[in-house]
Amino acid sequence: MSLTPELRRDMYRQMLRSRAFDDAMIGLYWVGKTPIFAFANGPLPGELHCSNGAEPVGAGVCAALDADDMITADHRPHHVAIARGVDVRRMAAELLGKKTGLSQGKGGHMHIYAPEVNFASSGIIAEGMAPAAGMALARRLQKRPGVALTFMGEGAANQGAFHEVLNLVGVMKLPFICVVQDNEWGVSTSKKESTAVERNSDRASAYGMAGEYVASNDPDDIYEAAARAMARARSGGGGTILELRTARLAGHFMGDQQAYIPAQMKQADPIPPYRAKLVAAGVLTEAEADAIAAAATAEIAEAVAFAQASPYPAAEEAFDHVFAA
Amino acid sequence: MSRILTMARAGREALDWEMERRSEIFVLGEDVYNFGGIFGTADGFGAKYGADRVINTPISETGFIGMAAGAAMAGMHPVIDLAYIDFIGVCYNVLLNTASKTHYMSAGQVKVPMTLMIGTGGGYNNAAQHSQCLHATVAHIPGVKVVYPSNAYDAKGMMHTSLRDENFVIYLTHKGTAGVGWMGTPIKTTLSEVPEEPYTVPFGKIAVTREGTDVTLIGLGMSVHECLKAAVDLARDGISAQVVDLRSLAPLDRDGIFAAVSKTGRMVVADEDYLSYGVSGEVIASVVERDPRVLRAPPVRVCTPDIPIPFARPMEQHILPLAGRIADAARMICTRKTEQ
Ligand SMILES: Cc1ncc(C[n+]2csc(CCOP(=O)(O)OP(=O)(O)O)c2C)c(N)n1
Repeated sequence: MSLTPELRRDMYRQMLRSRAFDDAMIGLYWVGKTPIFAFANGPLPGELHCSNGAEPVGAGVCAALDADDMITADHRPHHVAIARGVDVRRMAAELLGKKTGLSQGKGGHMHIYAPEVNFASSGIIAEGMAPAAGMALARRLQKRPGVALTFMGEGAANQGAFHEVLNLVGVMKLPFICVVQDNEWGVSTSKKESTAVERNSDRASAYGMAGEYVASNDPDDIYEAAARAMARARSGGGGTILELRTARLAGHFMGDQQAYIPAQMKQADPIPPYRAKLVAAGVLTEAEADAIAAAATAEIAEAVAFAQASPYPAAEEAFDHVFAA
Repeated sequence: MSRILTMARAGREALDWEMERRSEIFVLGEDVYNFGGIFGTADGFGAKYGADRVINTPISETGFIGMAAGAAMAGMHPVIDLAYIDFIGVCYNVLLNTASKTHYMSAGQVKVPMTLMIGTGGGYNNAAQHSQCLHATVAHIPGVKVVYPSNAYDAKGMMHTSLRDENFVIYLTHKGTAGVGWMGTPIKTTLSEVPEEPYTVPFGKIAVTREGTDVTLIGLGMSVHECLKAAVDLARDGISAQVVDLRSLAPLDRDGIFAAVSKTGRMVVADEDYLSYGVSGEVIASVVERDPRVLRAPPVRVCTPDIPIPFARPMEQHILPLAGRIADAARMICTRKTEQ
């Protein structure tokens, strides 16, 4: 695989699908939550952590993956899920707690499970680390080519699980990639304030792994770094900490006023520069770029309509699925 | 002077008062400095006390809660904000094996005075990993005091008591009762007249929140308020319900529970924690172990069943121990013939 025009168009498309999804969800989230804000109100209740600004991470890394690879993600999973090919209609329905949702309304937005594309997420910080390493181990035992990846924030890199698992990965030389999405903030806590080294990728040497940092939030660069890490993992070269500087444009969760962010730390939207770059490179015309945006918006609008029209699960269904039959 | 406060403001006021006067008290946790904690437990403390005493931690619960235990052993009184009880999975060892056991294992030579504030509970569609109560999971550990105020008056008084206790105290607040921004309009019955002066509320004493003669509804945290709603509903049917707020799980006021239930002869325990192996069974045991003959009808538990909390509203509302289920249970035991 290489950075072909086709691949770049597709990454752009995935970024726009993710953005359209989150923008639609933000719109739905505020229904019923004004003038009195409460997590519990409206058609999309609970906490909502949107991926606006982080789309290049999902698009760039997932473009380097094959079907057999496995992903665990965190509380901010949409951009990765969408780029991985999780069904957006069923994901939208899950966020609305509908019967047609990925998990029939049991999971909600932090708990996205789509085994058909080897995707799972968890709302407990760094909880994706060990399961992903276990998936990598399973693939090795199964003599299958799959690599396992966990996607998490830079804040998660201070959990014990991060360090324990990286050591295991290093010792066992597992086909594993830890994608650290450095958006500078863990809720209201800055990376500088919480992390003793500037880059988590520098921590890799402590665990006998490779480390790479991509500062651009540009899917081209992210793709190429991910492809290198994948090649390393597939060839028995072991794991990688792939730290990607990215953005968190919609706050920690909906309702976060972000008063703690100083003006000079305001982050840039990665979508317009990538569009401009592709147009300048002749990969896309303006008209084609507009068409991709329109198609993404239309696809998500249809997904939202499907979700809204879907029924809720019956109350008694709460009792289903506690155990495998 | 007193004024009406939310639980979050009342608890915060006690912490502030103690912090102003006692340099051994400091606060640590995620997002306590800028945010004042996700549930407002330390609102404004960053600016007031500075970064030395209001320590914004990385997301490293094993690390900073373990550090709190160590600081306590070295003479400090740390106050930790762990926003959601669901996260205790990450740091449980500190609770289970260090903070709770050191005093005992050292035959009292080493004290661990620290206060761990944790938010509990669901009902706001935050799904299985951010909605649990798990109070039994912490109250089960010997050597921990676990308190659970359900109104602003107790929130302040029990915070003072916690901060003056020489032990490891887990101070629980159901998120829905705290009266903080994310959770919408505060529940009326959580608000109380709170004196400006400091005062303590003792641990291990139930409160009878509403008098009644036919049935005793026993709750803790949010379920106290559901019991109060149920009592209003039952009154319309001519059933007089007494409501008891446990307030403290360890120590548990077994005498108080027994006395309250003896007055009515019927008990419904409403507990948002999982049904099995929980506080609800413990409360019933407190009565039947002493004298089952005070009961005119079998006791009933109204709890969250033994299933992970579902996200979608219709399912979550169905499984929570809300007023409707509590009132139904009370009606059932009040109308059924006494079996002798
Ligand atoms: C074990 C645990 N501790 C705390 C939290 C609360 N929490 C949810 S998201 C978050 C910040 C995560 O920051 P980061 O990993 O950088 O991801 P980002 O939100 O920036 O995408 C925190 C502290 C949690 N979900 N799990």
